[in-house]
Amino acid sequence: MAFDSHEKRQFKQVGTRPPRPDGVDKVTGRAQYGADVTAPGMLTARILRSPHAHARIVSIDTSEAEAMAGVKGVVTGRDFALPEDAGLADIAVNVMARDKALYDGHAVAAVAAVSPAIAKAALKAIKVQYEVLPHVTDVDAAMQPGAPVVLEGRALESVPAGMSVNVTHASEFGHGDLAAGFAKADRIVERSFKTAATHQGYIEPHACLASVTVDGKADLWCCTQGQFMVRTVCAALMGMEASQLRVTASEIGGGFGGKTTVFIEPVALVLARKTGRPVKITMTRDEVFRATGPTVSTSIDVKIGMTKDGRITAGEARLRYSGGAFPCGTVDMGAMAAFAAYDLEAVRTQGWNVLTNRPKEAAYRAPGAPQAIYAVESVVDELCQILKLDPLDVRIRNAAKKGTKSSYGPVFDDIGLLATLEAAKAHPHYKAPLKPGQARGVSCGFWFNFGGNTCVSLNVNTDGTVGVTEGNPDIGGSRASISLMAAEELGIPYDKVRTIVADTASLGYNDVTDGSRVTFSVGLATIAAARDAKVKMCARAAKIWGIDDEAVEWKDGAAWPAGPNAGQFPPMSLAEIAAVSFQTGGPIAGHHEVNADGAGVSFGVHLCDLEVDPETGKTTILRYSVFQDAGKAVHPDYVEGQMQGGAVQGIGWALNEEYIYGRDGRLQNPGFLDYRVPVASDLPMIEAVILEIPNPGHPYGVRGVGETPIVPPLAAISNGVSRAVGVRMQELPLSPPRVLKAIKAA
Amino acid sequence: MSSISVSTTVNGDPVDFVCTPDESLLDALRNRMGLTGAKEGCGTGDCGACSVLLNGRLVCSCLVLAAEAEGAEIATVEGMAGPEGLHPLQRAFIDHAALQCGVCTPGILVAAKALLEKNPDPSDEEVRYWLAGNLCRCTGYDKIVRAVQAAAAEMRSA
Repeated sequence: MAFDSHEKRQFKQVGTRPPRPDGVDKVTGRAQYGADVTAPGMLTARILRSPHAHARIVSIDTSEAEAMAGVKGVVTGRDFALPEDAGLADIAVNVMARDKALYDGHAVAAVAAVSPAIAKAALKAIKVQYEVLPHVTDVDAAMQPGAPVVLEGRALESVPAGMSVNVTHASEFGHGDLAAGFAKADRIVERSFKTAATHQGYIEPHACLASVTVDGKADLWCCTQGQFMVRTVCAALMGMEASQLRVTASEIGGGFGGKTTVFIEPVALVLARKTGRPVKITMTRDEVFRATGPTVSTSIDVKIGMTKDGRITAGEARLRYSGGAFPCGTVDMGAMAAFAAYDLEAVRTQGWNVLTNRPKEAAYRAPGAPQAIYAVESVVDELCQILKLDPLDVRIRNAAKKGTKSSYGPVFDDIGLLATLEAAKAHPHYKAPLKPGQARGVSCGFWFNFGGNTCVSLNVNTDGTVGVTEGNPDIGGSRASISLMAAEELGIPYDKVRTIVADTASLGYNDVTDGSRVTFSVGLATIAAARDAKVKMCARAAKIWGIDDEAVEWKDGAAWPAGPNAGQFPPMSLAEIAAVSFQTGGPIAGHHEVNADGAGVSFGVHLCDLEVDPETGKTTILRYSVFQDAGKAVHPDYVEGQMQGGAVQGIGWALNEEYIYGRDGRLQNPGFLDYRVPVASDLPMIEAVILEIPNPGHPYGVRGVGETPIVPPLAAISNGVSRAVGVRMQELPLSPPRVLKAIKAA
Repeated sequence: MSSISVSTTVNGDPVDFVCTPDESLLDALRNRMGLTGAKEGCGTGDCGACSVLLNGRLVCSCLVLAAEAEGAEIATVEGMAGPEGLHPLQRAFIDHAALQCGVCTPGILVAAKALLEKNPDPSDEEVRYWLAGNLCRCTGYDKIVRAVQAAAAEMRSA
C-alpha cells in the first residue's frame, strides 16, 4: 500500500503519546503471562536434558519413573512425529532428541506428574545410556577438516566440495570489480573479528498450558511471538489439523526473536494427549539458557580500501556463522547487511553457516546483522583513525541514498541514512568535548524490516466504539499504535478503540511478531480495514439519504453528502450510523488481508562516549545517543523505547554478554548471575532522536523500528574502547579481562 | 514431606495457607493464593521479577521459604492500587511508557515503592543502584528512571 502522498496529511492522533490500553493490567499484576494460568486437573511436566555436548542415545529406560506414584506420563523422542519438511523436522528433533543429543541441554525425555516435585523426582528415575561423542563448539574449529561431525548430509548444493561436513550453507552477494577497487585505495585495512553467542535474555521463561480432548481437539496457551506459527508447527508435529488446535498467545514477557519458534509446546501437547489431562510446562532459567535462544557465534574477516580523502573504493567480507546444531540461514542476513550503509562501486561478501554442538539458533533482533556490521564499522573506524578523518564525515561521504544499488542487490528507495548521519553530526553530543581518558565511538546500523502475512478485522459497535482484532502478540506497545492508527483513519477518539490480540480460531493467519513488522504491517492492514468500514458506512448513509454511494465522502469521523448533494443533509457521525446499523443492513465491519511488502529499510547512527579503567579493563558508558529513521513515529514513546532498549541490549552484547563453553562442551554460565545483562546502574540515560523520513510503502509512512537499534552499539562501543586504549579490539564481548589483556599487550 | 500451616497477612488481608517445607514464598503466592503478579524470571534471586515486601523489607520471594512468612506482613504488586485508584508509581509507569513487555514491571514497582518510602527524593544514581537488582530487558531503564522520579516528585508535593 503506497504512501498517501496525494494529500498533505495533518495527523491528529498518530504521533501523540496516549496511555497504552494494556497499561493498567501490566502495572497491577493483572496481565496474564505464559506461566500465570492453571486448569482444573492440571499436571506439571519437567524435561530431562542431556548433560553432554554430543552423545549417542543408546537407550532410555523410563519404567522406574512411570511406576512412581503421581507420575501420569513419560515421553521421549519416539513419541513425536518426524515431519517430512526439513525445517519442521529440525524443530521436532530440537524439541526432543531422537538418536543423538546434539548439545548440552538438549531435551531427551519429559515427565508429567501431579506435582512439580514429583515430576522433578521422576526425572532422576529415568535412565539414559549415552555414548559420548567428540564435540565442537567453536565456529572456526568446526570448519576444520577432521572436526567432529555434528550432523551428516545437511550441506546444501551451494556449499563447495572439500569443505568440512559441518558447513551447511554458503552465500555470496555483491557487485563491481574488487581488484580494481582495492587498486584505487590509498590505504587498505584487513582484520578478523569474533563475536560470542548471546541470548535474547527475555525475563519471562517459556511457559505453556496444553489440553487435548479425547475427540482430538486441543487448546494451547503459551507465551509466543506468533500463535499461528505455533499452530502450524505443533499441528504438524502432532499430526493434527490446524482447525482442531486453538492457540492463544498469553501476554509475552519479552521475546526479541527468541519466541519465534517452539520448544516446550509440542511436549505439553503430546503429554496432554497421552495423559488426558491439561499439562503445564514452565522452563527454568537454566533451561532457557541451555536450550533456547542464542544468536549465532561468528568469525568474520573484513577488508576495506579507502582513499586519503575518505572515499571507500572496495569492501570485502567473509563471514563464518554458527547457528548451533542445526542448519541455519542467518549468515545470509549478515552477508547482505554488512555493507548496506555504503554506496560502493565494488563490494563482495561471502557467508558460510557451520554446525556446532550448541543450541539451535533463534532470531535475536536484526538476526545476523549486528555481527557483520560490527566488523565492517570497526574497519571503517580504523581507516578513519589512520587517515585522520572524521568518522561521521567519512560515513556521510559514502552513505547509501535513494538510487544507490545496495551491496545486496536492490536499489534503495527513500531512505534516511544521510539525514540520520547529519542529525548526529549536528547534535550537541558530537560537539561535546571529551576529557582525558575518554573516547567517542560511532557506528551506523541497518536492518531490512519485513511485512508479511497480516489479517485484521475492525468491528463498528452500535454505541459508536470500535474493536480491532489483530493477530500479533503485543511485545512493546503495539496495541496502542494500532489503536492510534484506527482512530486516526476513522476520525474518532483513541479511547473509543479497543485492540485485542486474537487466538488462532478467531482470525486469519498472521506471521509472527518479528522483522519489525507489526506497526508497519498490522498498521497498514488496520488502516485498510478502517477504509473498508468507511466505505460501508458511507453506503449506509447514502441509503438513509436516498443518494448514490459515490455521492458520500468520509471526513472528520462522519459521512458527508458530497458533490451536487453537498449540504443537502447534515453529516452522520460514525456513532449515528452505527446506532441505526440494524435498520440499514446489519452490523458494520471492515477487514483487510494482505501479504505486505514495502516495509522500507531502516538506518540508525549511534554515538557513545566511554572511558576504560586502565587498572581493571572495565568500560563505563558515559553518554549514549541514538539517531534513527522511524518513518512516521506512530507512538513516539514506544519508538524511543525500542531505540533505547535495543541500544542497551547492544551495549550488553558489546561489553559483557557471552555464552561460555567449557572444554567439556557444557555451557558454564546458564544464569543471570554469570550471564550478565545490563542493569540500571551500568547505564546513563539513552537519548533517542527520531527522524521521520516517510516510508513510501505505507499509507502513513511508517517504518519498522524495533531491530535496527541493536546493530550499531557493538561497533560504536568497540570503536570507542579501541580509541580509548589505543589498541584495535577484534573480539566481543569487551569484558574487563579481555580489555585488560589488550592494554597490557600494547 | 508433611505440609506446614502458615498464617500471614498479604496486602493487609489475613491469609492462611499450607505449604511444603521446601516451597518458596513465590510459589505459595502464585500457586496457593493466586497472586500471579510476582513473576519467576530466574528462581535464583538474580532478576528481581519476584520482588515483594516482607515486613517492609524488599526481598526476592523466590529466595524466601513460604514457611518463613509465618506471622509476617507481605506486600505484593496486587496491593499497590487502592480503591481510590492507581498508586502514583503505577500511573507514572503508564504515563512515561516505562514498560514494554511488562513482565519485570510488578517487581520494579514494588522495589521502587520501597525506595521512595526510605528516600522520597532520590538522585537518578540512587534510583539506578536501588533498582540494579531488577532486570528489565526491554526499556534500557531510561524511562523507568524518569517514571520513578516523576512519581517521587508527585508524592513529595502531595
